[in-house]
Amino acid sequence: MNLSTPPPVLEIDRLELRLPDDRAARPILDGVSLTVRAGETVGLVGESGSGKSVACRSVLGLLPKGSRTAGQVRVNGADVLTMDRARLAALRAREVAMVFQDPRASVNPLRRVGDFLTEGLRASGTPAARATARAEELLDAVGIRDPRGALRRHPHQFSGGMLQRVVIAAALAAEPALLVADEPTTALDVTTQAEVISILARLRAERGTGMLFVTHDLELASAICDRVYVMYAGRIVETRSTDELFDRPRHPYTAGLLACTPRIEAGAPAPRPIPGRPVSLAEAPAGCPFAARCAHAVARCAEEKPELARHGEGFAACLRAEEGIRL
Amino acid sequence: MTTVVEKGLVVDGLRKRYGDHLAVDGVSFALPAGGSLAIVGESGSGKTTTVRMLVGLERADGGTVRLDGKDRSARPRNRAERLARARDVQMVFQDPYLSLDPRISVSGCLDEVLRLHTSLDAAARRARVADLLDRVGLGAREAAALPRGLSGGQRQRVAIARALAVEPRVLVLDEAVAALDVSIQAQILDLLREIRREAGIGYLFVTHDLAVVRHVADDVLVLKSGQVVESGPVDRVLGAPEHPYTRLLLNSVPRRGWDPAAVTDRF
Amino acid sequence: MTTTLTTVPYRRPGLRRLRLLGQGPLFTVSVAVLALLVLVAVFAPLLAPYDPEALDLGASLVGTSGDHLLGTDQSGRDILSRLLHGARTGLLGPLLVVGVSTLLGTLLGVVAAWRGGWADAIVSRSMDLIFSIPGLMMAILLVAVTGPGMTAPVIAMAVAYTPYVGRLVRGIARQEKARPYIEAYVVQGWSGWTVCVRHLLPNIAPTVFAQSAMNFGYTLMDLAALSFLGFGVQPPTADWGTMINEGQGAVLQGAMLPALAPSVCIVLAVVAFGIVGEGLADRIARREK
Repeated sequence: MNLSTPPPVLEIDRLELRLPDDRAARPILDGVSLTVRAGETVGLVGESGSGKSVACRSVLGLLPKGSRTAGQVRVNGADVLTMDRARLAALRAREVAMVFQDPRASVNPLRRVGDFLTEGLRASGTPAARATARAEELLDAVGIRDPRGALRRHPHQFSGGMLQRVVIAAALAAEPALLVADEPTTALDVTTQAEVISILARLRAERGTGMLFVTHDLELASAICDRVYVMYAGRIVETRSTDELFDRPRHPYTAGLLACTPRIEAGAPAPRPIPGRPVSLAEAPAGCPFAARCAHAVARCAEEKPELARHGEGFAACLRAEEGIRL
Repeated sequence: MTTVVEKGLVVDGLRKRYGDHLAVDGVSFALPAGGSLAIVGESGSGKTTTVRMLVGLERADGGTVRLDGKDRSARPRNRAERLARARDVQMVFQDPYLSLDPRISVSGCLDEVLRLHTSLDAAARRARVADLLDRVGLGAREAAALPRGLSGGQRQRVAIARALAVEPRVLVLDEAVAALDVSIQAQILDLLREIRREAGIGYLFVTHDLAVVRHVADDVLVLKSGQVVESGPVDRVLGAPEHPYTRLLLNSVPRRGWDPAAVTDRF
Repeated sequence: MTTTLTTVPYRRPGLRRLRLLGQGPLFTVSVAVLALLVLVAVFAPLLAPYDPEALDLGASLVGTSGDHLLGTDQSGRDILSRLLHGARTGLLGPLLVVGVSTLLGTLLGVVAAWRGGWADAIVSRSMDLIFSIPGLMMAILLVAVTGPGMTAPVIAMAVAYTPYVGRLVRGIARQEKARPYIEAYVVQGWSGWTVCVRHLLPNIAPTVFAQSAMNFGYTLMDLAALSFLGFGVQPPTADWGTMINEGQGAVLQGAMLPALAPSVCIVLAVVAFGIVGEGLADRIARREK
């Protein structure tokens, strides 16, 4: 990184999140640190139960019921976890926007799309006519034809892909510094996914919005992210620039994920499964959480928890990586 | 049509209409015995409706389905015919969390199928259940469990074992790995490959995922709005697609260096 | 998805408020009240200190005393004994109504959901038709034809409550039928009948049971109302509704108990059934999540 890098819009700093002991034996998030700079797309990749969704929701101050936290989640320098209600509401209205997997879950089905798009603007004092004009601009920006007509329609009159564009348009209404997207295209068809992703990429380029992109799809992350964080059992196990991560993974889990993802290229090797299954919340392994599934694990791995350490241009949390194993 | 009895599954001119909407519009294909065919398409392409007609969950408005020359398009006339058809084609569903009866244990679930389709006594069925579970990589602990005690991948293994219990000729896999984590998905794909090699069951893969198609199927059928737009061997269709829609699908698959804006010049 | 299906049992708007009372101790207390009610009904002849129909005109409207814990009515009958015996007619009627309407409604609902098409159309339209006629009116009409007594009201209410169950069952059975586990049984080659009886019914039974518990309370109230109006249970048989009717005169003479005691019993029973039904429904809804 050189000195001209833009300031971070999001810094998650050693975030730890625990549920009451009867609901989980291990922390949901265990010392997660992550940075997103303006204009940067950062991928957060992991399987179900890795904690990726919990981590990204924490950015909006959305925490699971009864959870206890340590560490900080700073947006533009202010810690989200210690904000009061009013400050949180302002954060969600102006600084951070979120796009979820299911667009239907985030839109009131009884209200017109126009109301959904303008309510935030009008709440912050924009006159109705200006808000409507702005909503039309936004719909146009996300590639909805006939924006004026669209404002008068109800959510059920849109397909999933079109509605996801509406949600993105609403997310951009306040020109947030950070967009958090939690599997925004998982429920969509591939061709629609391509359209939505190209909209997100273009908006980022035009507006310099930082984006945290949460996905289980490595191929998708490799296609759009500048840097990628890989999560496993509530911990960041590896992070580096996308090209380096995919060309030379240092953590066996990353390498395993890459090997088990089916690839479309002719002659691509058959996906090679990772044995076993992800660590459940009821298990609290003493050492490296991946050790039980790891082909490279040695006795030490089951006892010592590896810390994130610099390997190459990025970081990996693996005892064997320090020994320079080849994956 | 030839008078020679064809081996395998032959589907000819299958049609299904819902109101004004033609969901499946003259779909024809053949799956040779022990072959593997992928049906790909996006939502609304009619791929799921097509296979639901094959297993009898939907009634076709037109067209024929034959397995080894036996017609299975009309409603089964009696119990024997119904059971015979069930032994021909079985299905694994997409959502492992909804495809098992929540009240019935894993071994009970397999035992039921064996009771319906075989004349084995209780001891023989128990042995067969253990066999089937072993084949999909599950043990005694899972056998006694209720579905809610199992992970998604384990449930999908149970669903596969349940389908295999009747020793079908053709196994329909409707997005059977789509709901699973990638590391588990690869395990299930591996398992399916192994089963096919040992048992010679024909696979009909319904999927939206072209990368999966590359690794599981010999042939592929691309559906759009209820019609077949392209079909052929996987290497040919994915390597040198002829139809613009197939090309669009292929270009939409994310990969490194992918430019989503180039995929769609709609705006 | 084109239609929205209700999985939540139908609730009468008036009783909906009970939700606010929460679920913890109140649910337990209600279950206890119902258990007590059933015990009383079963053992009424053993528990009642007097013959509920024995007249003693010399002891008319005696207040509470050691001899008569709740006093006597105008005809000098022991109120406690009449209440205890009244629990029998009070529970028997609703039991018949709920039993018949649950069986019939479940059968029709499952057939409509499973067969679809014309079977569904016929069942649904006839349920709509019955639904549009108030149960009490149906009962009164039937009583007008057959003469007073319990039989006509019970038949009429059973018919009137069938669509409540039928609509609920049709809705949840349609949802359940579309679940892959049910489809998997069909693909395995089981007959529709077997799949419905062995797998679909047990999985929807808890929801149906919750609805029936609520219907029990409503029916109890309806039948008591009919008896009060003179259409149902006929004097001198001990029945809560009839007792309120007979006690009206006593109120004018300053004796509250003859009318008040059966009223309290009705309210307690109806509220308890409502809370239990609601509680069960909420538990199911939470489990579904």
